[in-house]
Amino acid sequence: MILTTEQEMIRDSMRTFSQERLAPFSAEWDKTHAFPAQAINELGELGAMGMVIPEEWGGAGMDYMSLVLTLEEIAAGDGSTSTIVSVQNSLACGITLKYGSQSQKEEWLKPLARGEKLGCFCLTEPHTGSDASAITTRADRDGDHFILNGVKQFITSGKNADVAIVLAVTDRAAGKKGISCFLVPTSTPGYIVARLEDKMGQHATDTAQILFENCRIPASCLMGKEGEGYKIALSNLEAGRIGIAAQAVGMARSALDAAIKYAKDRVTFGAPIIEHQAVNFRLVDMATQLDAARLMVWRAASLKDAGKSCLTEASMAKLFASEVAEKVCTDAIQIHGGYGYVSDFPVERIYRDVRVCQIYEGASDIQRLVIGRAIAQ
Amino acid sequence: MKILVAVKRVVDYNVKVRVKSDNSGVDIANVKMSMNPFDEIAVEEAVRLKEAGVATEVVVVSAGPTQCQETLRTALAIGADRAILVESAAELQPLAVAKILKSLCEKEQAQIVILGKQAIDDDSNQTGQMLAALLDIPQATFASKLVVADGKASVTREVDGGLETIAVSLPAVVTTDLRLNEPRYVTLPNIMKAKKKPLELIKPEDLGVDISPRLKTLKVEEPPKRSAGVMVADVAALVEKLKNEAKVI
Repeated sequence: MILTTEQEMIRDSMRTFSQERLAPFSAEWDKTHAFPAQAINELGELGAMGMVIPEEWGGAGMDYMSLVLTLEEIAAGDGSTSTIVSVQNSLACGITLKYGSQSQKEEWLKPLARGEKLGCFCLTEPHTGSDASAITTRADRDGDHFILNGVKQFITSGKNADVAIVLAVTDRAAGKKGISCFLVPTSTPGYIVARLEDKMGQHATDTAQILFENCRIPASCLMGKEGEGYKIALSNLEAGRIGIAAQAVGMARSALDAAIKYAKDRVTFGAPIIEHQAVNFRLVDMATQLDAARLMVWRAASLKDAGKSCLTEASMAKLFASEVAEKVCTDAIQIHGGYGYVSDFPVERIYRDVRVCQIYEGASDIQRLVIGRAIAQ
Repeated sequence: MKILVAVKRVVDYNVKVRVKSDNSGVDIANVKMSMNPFDEIAVEEAVRLKEAGVATEVVVVSAGPTQCQETLRTALAIGADRAILVESAAELQPLAVAKILKSLCEKEQAQIVILGKQAIDDDSNQTGQMLAALLDIPQATFASKLVVADGKASVTREVDGGLETIAVSLPAVVTTDLRLNEPRYVTLPNIMKAKKKPLELIKPEDLGVDISPRLKTLKVEEPPKRSAGVMVADVAALVEKLKNEAKVI
């Protein structure tokens, strides 16, 4: 899979940005749990917050290959930042582009694509993640308003977002067809950040529990038609999965690079450990598996750019990349020996950051269900 | 006002080059290549002058193999309007490049020509100066500050003794030093726009320029390996060694 000159330029310029403006701060953000606001602003100015959104809507008008190249570079600098960027691109912008009304797009899509405003996606609830149709957050109609009540769980950027895409039940009797989608400004009274999770890793993202308490929104906040919510939620799965796969590859690459560097410097039994075959072969397996994962991401992105359906390929990429990434990171820690276990070296942090890739945006078991159905056809 | 910027495609500054086994040069096969860092500063300065309304058009030029188009596309993505590649697979030494640029300058009639002060592969620090001499126009080299107003450029130069500020009438050649500016990060939309900007390919023969080399490389070898320092017992011993062994005092 050969990159075009342009794609190489995109990769190289994002690599420079990421290594200069993200990587040097990653450890500090992890320790202080600081939201990387300045970096997000700079990424917005670079056009990285609405990469595949058309120029007329404030985006960069790029293809998915360019998106995955960019996400890999951002993730190689800082994992948390890549999550914020991926959610903004695939969920906040992607859904608004596809289902937003003209006025919703005017009001929100342009600022989101330019990175002037931040978006979040509220689907998961405390009792239901994978089983998306079992959500219980209600949107009850009241004249020309809706009133939202319920709790959303594990919402990336739930605290820092300016606008939330919220899935809620408008017709309990209609099952999957009774869920609707709303575009809710987070400043609306009744949108309450109930708690911020204390996570294993990705400390720089805010992962919030959002409480909707009689949150009253105009009916114009409805996105798409009533009852279309479930379909809307599933519509951006391909893009979301490709994005997560790309970030997993980026984080793992950073761990692999650190391990190679360490292995060249560390001398034991009279030689740099990279010359000891066990260590060398471990690095080889890490590099090979990671390369395979990257190519799966590129394949899914290329299919999407060609306008072809790629749900199975995107699921495979996400499943494989997230599992390989964990293995690469744990092996990177092993190669560092004792130093892999302390925060002076980046690998323990990258491991903690990458572990969630197997869980969010479709847990590995769900990816297996999707692929299982596809191969049995 | 038109500004012409010259850029060179060189080995990326991060690469640790190796000398070829026949000592004829360094091995650059499959090595990462990038725009010369001082030339990035030159392009940035030209684009800033355009953004300030001082310049109306920024034309970026390069001379070298066909891959130099990538370097020119980067310059277009930073904000240049139009690019020209004088394509040649031959070795182009500073005098040849200066002659090529002279020909382009006469064609384009730029008011300011900005170059990096030197390329990080050969460190010649000659092309800008030669170009100014060939065109018989003023030169302001090692610029750390550039202000253009009323048909003059006021340039602060970094020289051994400190900083020197001179005024040159236009047209003039300016070469950039490190502290002139900090190049911007290229935005993604600008990379996409660069695709559509014009990039013209011409040959040295089209300009009637004789590019034959004047210098012959006899040998390229690694610098001597640094050996460990010597510990001395006291200052007197240090002075004695500096005087009699190193012969520097």
